[in-house]
Amino acid sequence: MKILVCMKQVPQKDAPLKLNESGAWIREDVSYEVNEPDAYALEEALRQKEKHGGEVVVITAGPARALQVLREALAKGADRAIHLEDAAFVTFDAANIARAFAAAIKEEKFDLIFTGLQSDDFGFAQTGVILAELLGWPHATIIMQIEKAEGGIKVKRELEAGYFQHVDMPLPAVLTIQSGINKLRYATLIGIKQAKNKPLRKVALAEVQPSLAANQLNIERLYVPQKTKKTEMIEGPPADVARKLAEKLKNEVRVL
Amino acid sequence: MKILVIVEQREGKLNRVSFETLTGAQAIARETGWALEAAVVGSGVGEIAREVAGKKVAKVYDIESPQLAAYTPDAFVAALKPFLAEKKPTLVLMPHTYQVRDFAPKLATALGRALVSDCTGYKKKGDKLLFVRQMFQGKFAADVAFDSEPPYFATFQTGAFRGDQVEAGASPAAIETVQADIPASALRNKPGEVFKEAKQAVDLTQAQIIVAVGRGIKEEKNLALARQLAEALGGEIAASRPICDAGWLPMDRQIGSSGQTVAPKLYVALGISGAIQHIVGMKGSRTIVAVNKDSEAPIFEVADIGIVGNLFEVIPPLVEEIKKAKG
Ligand SMILES: Cc1cc2nc3c(=O)[nH]c(=O)nc-3n(C[C@H](O)[C@H](O)[C@H](O)COP(=O)(O)OP(=O)(O)OC[C@H]3O[C@@H](n4cnc5c(N)ncnc54)[C@H](O)[C@@H]3O)c2cc1C
Repeated sequence: MKILVCMKQVPQKDAPLKLNESGAWIREDVSYEVNEPDAYALEEALRQKEKHGGEVVVITAGPARALQVLREALAKGADRAIHLEDAAFVTFDAANIARAFAAAIKEEKFDLIFTGLQSDDFGFAQTGVILAELLGWPHATIIMQIEKAEGGIKVKRELEAGYFQHVDMPLPAVLTIQSGINKLRYATLIGIKQAKNKPLRKVALAEVQPSLAANQLNIERLYVPQKTKKTEMIEGPPADVARKLAEKLKNEVRVL
Repeated sequence: MKILVIVEQREGKLNRVSFETLTGAQAIARETGWALEAAVVGSGVGEIAREVAGKKVAKVYDIESPQLAAYTPDAFVAALKPFLAEKKPTLVLMPHTYQVRDFAPKLATALGRALVSDCTGYKKKGDKLLFVRQMFQGKFAADVAFDSEPPYFATFQTGAFRGDQVEAGASPAAIETVQADIPASALRNKPGEVFKEAKQAVDLTQAQIIVAVGRGIKEEKNLALARQLAEALGGEIAASRPICDAGWLPMDRQIGSSGQTVAPKLYVALGISGAIQHIVGMKGSRTIVAVNKDSEAPIFEVADIGIVGNLFEVIPPLVEEIKKAKG
């Protein structure tokens, strides 16, 4: 199976974020990491390849710093990488990212495309589904298991509140992967070394530009959400905090 | 100008979260003066259409086809695309459920439009409607505007509006049945039955006190600390999703949209950031205590009592104090 994994670089989970001068985006001088569900998508692609053979290709759209995500993927075992490199990709809505990916892979023939189910920054949860529609492929979202089956694959979709559903679908297809579908591996030293010699294709914005359209969604303003609830904060050294909280639990919450 | 709410039915039952979206849509309709209509998509779902027609809406469409009996994204888009092209609503609203996440981006794309997903509210700025949504895992909110022709697509997060505040109509709204023409060959996915994984060992919905741990607990062995606290309080231990994903606790102890929904007397969140998917599972708790080293963590949005600090320093003395207080 030939699998493409779409990956995104996002600010690190506990990176302190600040607004930039425009007030519509964050200051970009923070630490970044791979979007967590995308890491699971990559792991799943590597496992499928180990079971069924084939090739795993990773793709990202973003400035030069986003290359790090591809390097890590190559070190973990991906065979090659595609980097749509331009700072402008950060401002694209999900539809334009999907259009850019579709344009960048039009000469390729994949059986499966994986994305994480959503990104930790925008959280739109749309890129994979839009990409499927642009390619005319079937899709399934929030996937927790993938098996080869008669005429295609059988996937396990997560539903709400602990429910699941199996879905049979033909190939090629797009799947959006849920965190926890597998256990992530670490890159090995050998892997990191080998990654340096693996093929990396750079795609300039100009190459995919003809396939893009104007963004239809426009973030007018970004801001720290207003607190609506009055939280009583207990402050002080741990011993004091513990004593005050225990008192409250006894006298106000009445659970002791 | 017209708003269309697509309510959600699953296996022939109305998903009550649809009423939250209807409440939001009624508020937008009041402010804009736009008409409000609703639609239900399925096979033999007239009863749901009648239930929705009891709310304050101008009309309800019952979009029917045998191909819509089981949910598939192909059938839903095949039914809704021509319907929306004909009815030309200005705004299409849906709840941000797993089902909607599965087909709505495809539907909007098929119509050449964009979807602003997972919104917590809206604002009217002059003639413009802005949709408010969380970004960066709740650390920021964004006002998002549409830069295109209608229809505009938006989905609302669970809890964005009060479903119990949906306005009833003076008299039942008219229902129009629409037969969708979907060839069987259009459906590529073959869905199986909906099922629940192996039986649950614990029922946290009955617990009076819950101590929940998140990724802030760092390592599996540190769970012992949280267990000591749960024991001292006489409560159950639970967790955020990453802890269960890692296999440190079984999935029946996961709180949130893909786990359990609980409402104990006391919910103690240790090292949990407060992502919306976690919050929906515990915000009904009577008292929420949060311990987090990050004063900006969204969990403090829902906490009644907050402690900004290192859980490894706070819990040991707390266990002692609780034992003392219990005598
Ligand atoms: C479709 C879908 C369904 C989901 N379903 C669920 C669900 O059912 N339940 C669920 O929980 N999540 C669910 N999630 C995941 C959710 O989005 C979050 O990723 C998850 O809840 C984060 O878990 P966390 O708060 O433990 O980890 P993080 O977000 O990593 O937060 C860890 C927190 O610990 C704090 N911390 C770190 N060290 C310390 C310390 N020493 N002392 C005190 N505090 C510390 C940090 O400041 C941080 O706030 C779902 C996601 C999706 C997309």
